[in-house]
Order: sequence, then C-alpha cells, then structure tokens
Amino acid sequence: MSEILLQIDGREVKADEGMTVLEAARSAGIHIPTLCHHDKLAPYGACRICVVEVNARGRKTLAAACVYPVEPNLAVRTRSEKVDKTRKMILELLLAHAPDAPALQELALEYGADKHRFEKESSFCVLCGLCVRYCTEVKKKNAIGFFDRGARREIHFIPEIAAKECWNCKECFPLCPTSYLQAAYHLTEALAFPRPSSKPASGE
Amino acid sequence: MPRINSASELEAFRKDILSKRDPKKPCISVCTGTGCLALGAAKVVAALKEEINKQGLENKVGVVDVKETGCPGFCERGPIIVIHPEEICYLQVQPGDAEEIVSQTILAKKVIDRLLYAVPGVDEKITRESEIPFYKNQMRNLIGNNIKIDPKKLDDYLAVGGYSALVKALFQNTPEQVVELVKHSNLRGRGGAGFPAGRKWEFARNNPDEPKYVIVNADEGDPGAFMDRALLEGNPFSVLEGLTIGAYAIGSHEGYFYVRQEYPLAVENITLAIKQAEEYGFLGKNILGSGFDFHVKVHRGAGAFVCGEETSLLASLEGKAGEPRSRPPYPAVKGLRGKPTNINNVETWANIPLIINKGADYLASIGTGGSKGTKIFSLVGKVNNTGLVEVPMGITLRDIIYKVGGGVSGGKKFKAVQTGGPSGGCIPEEHLDIKVDFDELAKVGAIMGSGGMIVMDEDTCMVDVARYFLNFLSGESCGKCTPCREGIRQMLKILTNISEGKGKEGDIELLEDLAEATRDASLCALGGSAPNPVRSTIRYFRDEYEAHIRDKRCPAFVCKNLISYHIDPAKCQACMICLRKCPAEAITGGKKQIHVIDQEKCTKCGTCFEVCPPRFHAVKRLSGEPVPPPIPEEARILARESKQT
Repeated sequence: MSEILLQIDGREVKADEGMTVLEAARSAGIHIPTLCHHDKLAPYGACRICVVEVNARGRKTLAAACVYPVEPNLAVRTRSEKVDKTRKMILELLLAHAPDAPALQELALEYGADKHRFEKESSFCVLCGLCVRYCTEVKKKNAIGFFDRGARREIHFIPEIAAKECWNCKECFPLCPTSYLQAAYHLTEALAFPRPSSKPASGE
Repeated sequence: MPRINSASELEAFRKDILSKRDPKKPCISVCTGTGCLALGAAKVVAALKEEINKQGLENKVGVVDVKETGCPGFCERGPIIVIHPEEICYLQVQPGDAEEIVSQTILAKKVIDRLLYAVPGVDEKITRESEIPFYKNQMRNLIGNNIKIDPKKLDDYLAVGGYSALVKALFQNTPEQVVELVKHSNLRGRGGAGFPAGRKWEFARNNPDEPKYVIVNADEGDPGAFMDRALLEGNPFSVLEGLTIGAYAIGSHEGYFYVRQEYPLAVENITLAIKQAEEYGFLGKNILGSGFDFHVKVHRGAGAFVCGEETSLLASLEGKAGEPRSRPPYPAVKGLRGKPTNINNVETWANIPLIINKGADYLASIGTGGSKGTKIFSLVGKVNNTGLVEVPMGITLRDIIYKVGGGVSGGKKFKAVQTGGPSGGCIPEEHLDIKVDFDELAKVGAIMGSGGMIVMDEDTCMVDVARYFLNFLSGESCGKCTPCREGIRQMLKILTNISEGKGKEGDIELLEDLAEATRDASLCALGGSAPNPVRSTIRYFRDEYEAHIRDKRCPAFVCKNLISYHIDPAKCQACMICLRKCPAEAITGGKKQIHVIDQEKCTKCGTCFEVCPPRFHAVKRLSGEPVPPPIPEEARILARESKQT
C-alpha cells in the first residue's frame, strides 16, 4: 500500500492509501471530534460534527473527516472560523433533541453552542445510528433499524428479532450518546415481549 | 422480425420501411403523452378510428393513418393533433370533432378554423405547428420527433433515421474517439450539476476495473417537472440509442434504466423499446455484427426524491435503502456493486445520438461559452402556454416566459420565476434578461437543476413559496445527516412561524445561518441545494419577510393568518352574491341589508373577494391592519338610490 503525504493543520502527515482524513489525523495525534464514528463500524458520515476544511486541487470545501479519503497534497484544516461555526450549528440542532446528553454538552462547551437556540423537540435520539449499525455490522442481527425518512426518521427495535436476540446482548446500550436507546428498548420490551414479572396486572 | 446483423442490413431494412410509406398520405398524429391522455386523448383516438371506419376509409390505400405519439409539448392546449404532411395543428380536440376532421380536413382538404391556434388579441389563426409562437421560438432537437413517431414502434424511429448514430459509432469510431467527440461537444450533464459528460465518461473508461456499468437516471422527482418523462414516453429509442453508444464508448456491457414507478407509461414504453431493440439486434450479443455486447434492464424506483442523487440511486439499485454516501469516491471509481459506473440523466443520453450524427461541432455551435446545446424545460405556473419547451442555451429567461410561454396568465404582473426544481432559486424581474445557462443561473442564486421552471405572478407570497419547497424537502430528505434533516426542519419551522404571523426579529438572520450550515455541511446535493429557495427569496424579497415579521402583513395576501376580508359598508349593494357563495356561511345580511363578514367564522378562502361584482368592489382584503368593527345592525338597511328602486 502506497504512502500518501498530506497536510493537516499545517503539519506534514503520512498516511496509507485508503485511510480517511480522520484516521490520518488521529495517527498524527490531531483531535477531530466525532459522534457517529466507531472504530468497529464502517465510516458513516452522518452526524457531520467531524467537518473539516479540505483543499483538494485548489477547491476548498467542508467535508466529513470520517469518510473523506486521503489523497496526495490534500490540505486539511481541522479548526477554523468556518469549521467552528458549522460545528456549533450542528450541536445546537442536535441539542434541541437531546439537551442534556453528556457527549453533546461537553462539545457545546468547547464550541460555545447554545442549547436553547432552537425550540426543544426532545426526542432524545440524535440519529447517529451507532446502535443500528452495530447490530447490523458487528452482531449481524438487525434487531434495530431506521424507520421513515427526513424529519420523521426514528429508530425502533423490531419486536420479533429483539425478543429473541436482545436478552443476552445489549451491547448497543453503552454506544448511545443519549439515553434514548435504552428507553426505546424497554418500551419495545414492555409492549411486545414483557417478562413475566413486568406483565400488567390485567394480562392473562 | 429477423435480427439485423450488419450496418448494410440496417440500411436495407430502413429503405424497405420507407418504401412502404407514402410521404403524401395523410397521417393524423395524436399526442398520447400523459398530459393529453389526462385531457381525453384516448377518446379522441377512438373517435377518429371509428369515424374512419364509419366512412369506409380503413382499408383504402393511401387515404389516412392515425398515429398515437409522444408529447410535442403544448400541454396547455391538449389534446393535440397534428396532421401530416401539411403539419396542420389542431388544439383542444374533442371526440366530437372527429367526424369533421375526417370529412373536412382529410377528405375535403379543408382546414377547420375553430381548432386552430388563435393568436391572442388579434383576429388571426395559425395552421402550421411550427409557426405557432410557442413552437416557433423553440429549438426542438430532442423532442421534435415526438409527434412524428409512435413510441411503441421501433420502425417509426428507424423511419426518421434512428440508430444511424449507433452504426456510425460502432463502425466508424473507436470507443476512445466517441469519448473524444462527447468531450469536444462540451455537453454538460442535464441532471442538475452540469458536470461535463465527456469527462465523466473518460473517468469511467480509463478505470481498469471490470465490469463497468452505465445507468440512465430517470428518477425525475421535481414537482411540476416532466422533461424526462416526455422523452421516455415519447421517444424512448433515442435515449436507449444514446445509452448503447455510451456503453460502447466506456466499455460497459450492462446498463440500467432507473425509472420512477410513478411514471407507468414511461416504464411501459422503455420496457417495450428494449424488447424491440433486442429483437432487432440493437441490443444483446454482437450488436449489428460489431462484436459489441450490451444488455439493458429497467429498474423501477419506489418514489424517493433523494434517489435522483446518484449515490442514493446506486444504493437503491443494489436493493438497499435509498440513502446517499459520501463522494469521493465517485461512481466512476466505485459505483454499482463497487465497480466503475457512469450515470447520466435521460436528457443527457438523448443528446448523444445527435452529437454522433451531426458532429460535436454542431452541438458546440449552439449555446453560450460554458453551456452548449439545447435544454428542455417544463414551463409551468402562472404562464399562458404551460408545457414542455426545448430552447437553445443562452436564450434569455424573458424570451422563454414571454415569447415561448406567451407571458403571465390572467393579465397579472410577473413577480419571479423559480428554476431548478424544489431546491432551485427564485429569480426576480430585474434578472429576466440573463442568458439561461448553468453558470449564469448560479450567479443569480438559482440553479439549472433538471429543468423545472415555475412562473409566479404578483399574487404569490415569497415566504409562502420558500415554506412550500422546504416542506417538500423536509419530507424528501432521507434523514441520514444532521444538517439536512435538522437544518431543513428548523428552517421550515421558522418559515411556518413567519407565515403564521409568529415571526420575530432575528428570524431572517437565523434562516441565513441555517441555510449556510445546511448548504456547506450536508452529505449530498439534496441538503446542499435545499436552502436555495430560502436564500434566493431572502436575497430578492427581504422586504416581504420583513413585512411578515414586523407588520404582520402578507403583501401578496396569501398567508391566511395575516389577512382578513371585509365588506365596505359604503360600497355594499346587498346583492347577496357573496352571501350565497360563502362556503363557511360567514356572511350575514339580506335583501336591502348591508352584508357583514363574521371574522370568527371566516376561513379566508377569498370567495367573497372573487365574486363581488367589480362595479361594486365592496369586498376588501386587509393585511397588517385591523378589521373595522361591523356596523351596527340598525345602520345596515340599504337606502337604494332612486333609479334602482
């Protein structure tokens, strides 16, 4: 595999072909924040908190570091007025859904994001998809998935699969940056496959 | 039909087809595109055939043919028929006209005056199709054949010279030469981004990985746009021929049509075209004896706007959820199933036979410095001649709207034209003289997109327009990435608030911030272009936003929460018309009793305003000002003037 030389924040960084900008930065000890990224999962590029400025062949754009492949002579800036402004906006958009999520609050502090900028719409889920992708890619169970699209997008456990597969797994729980996943699971459990002890009194 | 095995066999076959056709024999072409079908074209065809039968002309040699064709574009006046060879164009034809058309025009060679195009404002009728202003100011390179061929008959396509470009490409050019021709023509992709088609082909061609795929993107999802539909319905062969030439040039042996399921006639016609092309030997193994193999399949999209974006289209084609992935790598590097793939829009592919037949220089001679050839637009909205128009690049917006489109309908004043579909931009009067091409439209904050063009008049509220398009996009965003999903959601919320009178200071600036983040940080072009309606309306119509926010006033009287209707007691003649027509029964009054609108009951539908006789002009629209209190009951008795009693 051939070696590629690129610039990150003014530093020459060596990377292997096929690596992403995020991987190259991390190998050089340069921090880029992430939410939807996980080392065990395929790069996804959805939360966009890892946006950086890339300058490729004279074209300057914002790109998600977690999915952008390294290329020779690429110049990357991981912090700039533009990058910070965009990250701040993304955080504010997510905080409207999960105002008290620790991972978001930590970043909000760094980027000066105001959790009250947008009207609260506390769905608690930020749709990073870590749970969905972990279940699909690592566990290969597909017990949880995305439903609907656009502003109506949600995650749900699929009761038929969850009832069989989730009892002894729950490996997705600690991945969730908010508290939503566990709540969704317990809701599914209560509605679709209640344990004997949690059966409502009126049940057979 | 036996397979055609060589170029000379094709030419012999073409001669045979033409020898059986008498160019002087009258042929009634009836548009049976989706638009005319909806207006009753099928009944017109049936009536014409019945009439021909009744008059005993069915089997008489050389008397008349009836042909069901694709869309020539003048949808506003459908059902449309054109009678060849004289090219007599009849508009808004009804089944009841069939008898007269056959006995008068076909047999007696007389033109029926009332079915002709009437020039507005003067007492003049136009007989020939190409002389009608709507057509006269167009350059119909791609859709011009639609009215001449039956899209279900490959022989018709061959009769107008079809597949001669494929022969030329296969037998007179190497694949590299074909790529060079397309590069030289400077054809830019018609799907929206305008990337040079030849360069895209070259990337895929030069990629050593195998197999390679070619794809027709026919996932036309813009509301009000039907360019690709009309091409696939009306002349599927030209698109298929273009695709086959592209496959040869790129070195692909497998192609796909990705057509939206909501286009049943397009799906039907392209499926049939592929079947016929296979039978004739224009597809399959060893095409025309050239040694080149190419197979094509039709894939029906399940109706997601985002699947018009190429990486989403690929995901959908692979059976996954239609969601985009990050580029690079571009499809030319890693496309369908990870292999090099070239995706072009329907109209781009339809241009290919033209480039091969007439030469790259021909296409490059049309248009502006940066945009060559013609472009098809669906011209809709508040314009007199709604329809499909094909014009040379570089024509001004004004010429499209006024010369081709016949101007704003209903004598209203022009306000803006929205180009490029739901994520396009609104262009005001001051920029109507810009030359239409990819770069000029971008300069004024709009996009070419795939060619939607919506004309808006003075009764259009620009805040409401932005809200409408963002509402569409919020439902069509796939929801994968934060800026698109959440940015659109928040912009829509703010726009809804403004249009409901709940806007506040700072909203415009917040919209601008959201628009910037959504544009710059989104994963794909849907999010990247979604803020355009917001940005362009703020840029050109900021005063309307401010009127909504500061004065709680909708200058166009559209936003219902901000308007009221009021009957001026000094002008009301107690004619009872508005009272009877009000669907909400919100108007009280009676004979000789001045009418009053109950503001609580009023749904602001505007019926009273529309029906109040202009000579009274008693119903007023109010916005940004309080409704005067109703006059007291005892003052409502109308003292009529003596001449009326």
